[in-house]
Amino acid sequence: MGAATPTTEVDEVNQTRNSEVSINGEPGLDDSLQEAAEAAEAAEPVKQNEPEYLKYGIVPARHPGRWLGTVVVGLVMAAILYSLFTNPRWEWNVVAQWFTAESVLRGLGETLKLTVICGVLGFVLGFVLALMRLSSSPLFSSVSWTFSWIFRSTPLLVQLLLWYNLGYLYEKISLGIPFTSVTFLEVSTTTLISQFAAAVLGLTLNQAAYSAEIIRGGILSVDQGQLEAAAALGIPPWRRSTRIVLPQAMRAILPTAFNEVIGLVKGTSIVYVLAYGELFYTVQVIYSRTQQVLPLLLVATCWYIVITSVLSIAQYYIERHYSKGAVRTLPDTPWQKLRRFFTIRTKNPIGTR
Amino acid sequence: MSATYTVHKSADAVQGTRGFVEIRNVHKTYGTNHVLRGIDLAINPGEVVAILGPSGSGKSTLLRTINHLEKLDAGTIRVDAELMGYKVRGNRLHELREHEVLRQRTHVGMVFQNFNLFPHLTALANITEAPIHAQKRTKAEATAQALALLERVGLSEKADAYPRQLSGGQQQRVAIARALALNPKVVLFDEPTSALDPELVGEVLDVIRSLANEGTTLIIVTHEMGFARDVADRVVFVDGGNIIEQGTPTEIFGSPQHRRTKEFLSKVIEPAFHL
Repeated sequence: MGAATPTTEVDEVNQTRNSEVSINGEPGLDDSLQEAAEAAEAAEPVKQNEPEYLKYGIVPARHPGRWLGTVVVGLVMAAILYSLFTNPRWEWNVVAQWFTAESVLRGLGETLKLTVICGVLGFVLGFVLALMRLSSSPLFSSVSWTFSWIFRSTPLLVQLLLWYNLGYLYEKISLGIPFTSVTFLEVSTTTLISQFAAAVLGLTLNQAAYSAEIIRGGILSVDQGQLEAAAALGIPPWRRSTRIVLPQAMRAILPTAFNEVIGLVKGTSIVYVLAYGELFYTVQVIYSRTQQVLPLLLVATCWYIVITSVLSIAQYYIERHYSKGAVRTLPDTPWQKLRRFFTIRTKNPIGTR
Repeated sequence: MSATYTVHKSADAVQGTRGFVEIRNVHKTYGTNHVLRGIDLAINPGEVVAILGPSGSGKSTLLRTINHLEKLDAGTIRVDAELMGYKVRGNRLHELREHEVLRQRTHVGMVFQNFNLFPHLTALANITEAPIHAQKRTKAEATAQALALLERVGLSEKADAYPRQLSGGQQQRVAIARALALNPKVVLFDEPTSALDPELVGEVLDVIRSLANEGTTLIIVTHEMGFARDVADRVVFVDGGNIIEQGTPTEIFGSPQHRRTKEFLSKVIEPAFHL
């Protein structure tokens, strides 16, 4: 409403509105409004020509575009789901038949094993590399930089094949004092580097190169004043890193770190090139025999979806844990929201605002 | 390091008392910027010293050299019988290892302009962290002391609050309690009220004032002229890395002798505030 609107018009509008309200059967509201207005007038009689809109209610803005979008997206989703479950060529019965087959579960176990081992080792090594990179020793920081540079520049596939064929480059691996003839241990490379060892080496070193950068970024995001305060209080260096800096760095590290871990779950499928019996290689072996290519790929996909879902839930709660103190009040978990929703429904049918 | 350290008789005389600070010929440079140019200052146990000066004068750097957050380029700083950051062996000053420096720092509390509370720890955990892990005291003892300190700064109810749930003034009071938890001989304040809204300055100054009355040595870099005049035993005016003038608040605020002191005071004190 423009400021130049004549007062008479405002009065008219107000009267119409008042009569509407009364017709709608809410005389109480109207009365209380008037009472309040009268009381205000009694207290301060000067405020007689205040604008009428001070008494008006608020109509929430409408979002027709959003509604339209919701309908369109809903229709598309319904169509996709419908075809997924009605097109017989998806062969869901075959998927169900293989989903919990012993060989598939064994492959799944191998995938999980590789993910956990390479994830943990990769992030531990990444943490060390991040500290080296931030160290004031030029040797440490340049070695760390070079490591990341090499492993981020070469394709993972090449790294895996290189580790597996290390025996071609070095026939024997020996442990001894460098530049002398003293050796404690000598093994042939092909015995030492099995498919599993090659897979772990390749995935871990590759993961370490990426996680080093993620962790370094997290550490850099912590305010310098925090280190200064810890130093001024005489807190020992290890405690300073683990108790003061790392928990604060976690907030920046976690989202990207979980991205990496979820990537790693599916990334392990690349070790099929070493004929290592993880989930993806297992289903390949099965469909090459039964020719049920798509249903078996779907079996693997469904398992990857399950793992990713579990990890996403874990991510939510771990991130929530580390946001303590960073937000004034922690938001409700989905579970808490659900419980509150139902509590309000049952105990207070009118609902509270 | 060219300066050599000799033990003075005055040093022996004050041994046994807590919180004697002696700064001798301290120099500090950042690259080509000569920030401290030979500072000499002796502070008696229990004395409250306010350090004033224009920004960039080196007053914060001077404060940070006292607990060895800044290394010295020349000169020495002694807190009671200990040389900060060095050890006399033969006729040489040997730089201390990090854990020895950390132990020395527990004798000197520090309160920062931006509080620097640990945001992921509660007020209580902020206070008990250093007593438990730097001084190796038991958790029960540290907690009891922390609760007493929180009560003293008027924040008993905020023990379990996280720093972001507190106002600036409350955060700075927790930070003061955290510094006191180490039972320091000296407490350093680096512009403790500069980051606060005007209406919150008073509550922090009240806490510092109560400390001053208890006989802890306090060294305060501040822009609160009224507070410095009110609380300090001595006011030190620093400019260009040198101590230009020092004296009682009455002397410095009432009849400053040096031209630069006069200029500075005329800029920072509003006309209505003149004595």
